[in-house]
Amino acid sequence: MQPFTYVRPDTLEQALHEAAEPGASVLAGGTTMVDLMRGDLAAPRRVVDIGHLPGLSEIDLSGPVLRFGALARMADAAEDAALKRDYPALAESLQLAASQQLRNAATLGGNLLQRTRCPYFRNGVSACNKRVPGSGCSALDGEDREMALFGISDACVANYPGDWGTALAAFDTAVEIRSAAASRTVPLANFHVAYGDDPARETVLEQGEIVTAITVRATPAGRGSTYAKVRDRQSYAYALVSAAVALEMDGDTVASARVSLGGVASKPWRSAEAEAVLTGATLTEAAGLRAGEAAFAGARPGRHNAFKVELGRRVVARAALTASRRA
Amino acid sequence: MQTLDVTLDVNGRTHSLQLDPRTTLLDALREHLGLTGTKVGCNHGTCGSCTVHVDGRRQLACLVLAASAAGRAVRTIEGLAAADGTPHPMQAAFVAHDALQCGYCTPGQIMSAVSCVEEGHARTDDEIREYMSGNLCRCAAYPNIVAAIADVARAA
Repeated sequence: MQPFTYVRPDTLEQALHEAAEPGASVLAGGTTMVDLMRGDLAAPRRVVDIGHLPGLSEIDLSGPVLRFGALARMADAAEDAALKRDYPALAESLQLAASQQLRNAATLGGNLLQRTRCPYFRNGVSACNKRVPGSGCSALDGEDREMALFGISDACVANYPGDWGTALAAFDTAVEIRSAAASRTVPLANFHVAYGDDPARETVLEQGEIVTAITVRATPAGRGSTYAKVRDRQSYAYALVSAAVALEMDGDTVASARVSLGGVASKPWRSAEAEAVLTGATLTEAAGLRAGEAAFAGARPGRHNAFKVELGRRVVARAALTASRRA
Repeated sequence: MQTLDVTLDVNGRTHSLQLDPRTTLLDALREHLGLTGTKVGCNHGTCGSCTVHVDGRRQLACLVLAASAAGRAVRTIEGLAAADGTPHPMQAAFVAHDALQCGYCTPGQIMSAVSCVEEGHARTDDEIREYMSGNLCRCAAYPNIVAAIADVARAA
């Protein structure tokens, strides 16, 4: 870990001024940042600890817009009774992520910002355009079983690992951002940047900006939602493929559908293709599989991850059937 | 280089330390306070052997900067037994069920298990497995660990 100066501001305003300093990074739960710093994958000169700041941890589900304070802990949201009842996909995405120790520490804002688990990025030595721009991508002719199928390029095929971000992509979600000078709200769809040609850039967050809240427009489709996640082991693993599906049903017919995919893309990935197939369909297993097929029609598999196309088709179908039973 | 004055509350005692900001809670416990019951496993947030309680909730000490833990109540395996040395019921259950082989992961397992029961996540064996999944045991003493936790949960 490289040396840094540690500061612990008492207010958000102070934190925003500190975070604007060149070389400063924000520390919240620490589960990602401390790990990245230990591996020299992040080397901030100044660490601005905001984990203790008051007023940023509330979860408010009462209004027309759900509001998740950026410093709310994953475990608290995962076990929120109202969230489990009204937006099971969101609660499940958190419950199926990480371990209880990590969920107790990690924050909802920080979770959105977690970085890829690509081993060629994490190992600190392989050619990696994300870690050392212009150095190449070792995954292209290496072990790419975990890599993404969507939102990739010849410069980077890394996978966005987050479950929470993926589930949020199935809803009308926005990210509230503050800086010392201003505040802005960015739709989640525009918050993450597909790795594409500039793999080093993962979000639109600028130096000095802090995520303060995540908002979700309330919808009856929340109750008809689920998050399905398939992993190499039953618990405590990243998704090979995951899917969030949120439905409104009119009898057996799908009145509206939202579908997002995880484990297969360089950012939380909404599938308009799957939504189009589901909307208006009578929801049978066959219809779910057709939606899954549509979701992966544009996939770009590599050498070892083509299995995610067939697996993903079935995960979408399973999620759609579960969601329809709840709707 | 910056030296931080950090006051840690560990097992009910207050300690004033001067630390490099890079010091994790895990390193502060072991290297500065001599509390070596908390183990360094992966030092990476994946194995659970460094599990401690921070403000009553289980966390991984390898992913918490010591400076971030200032002002919070930290409890380690050394703080689990009663004042007269009587083992905590979970410690006794691990002994009774032989819930270990090499013992290296055991302090983390026990700290996690105490939380698992306190959280109400030990109602079935499946639930115990799910909520203990952050603690790896390379000796694979899992069946006996689950049995020990289930015993304590039943008695609670």
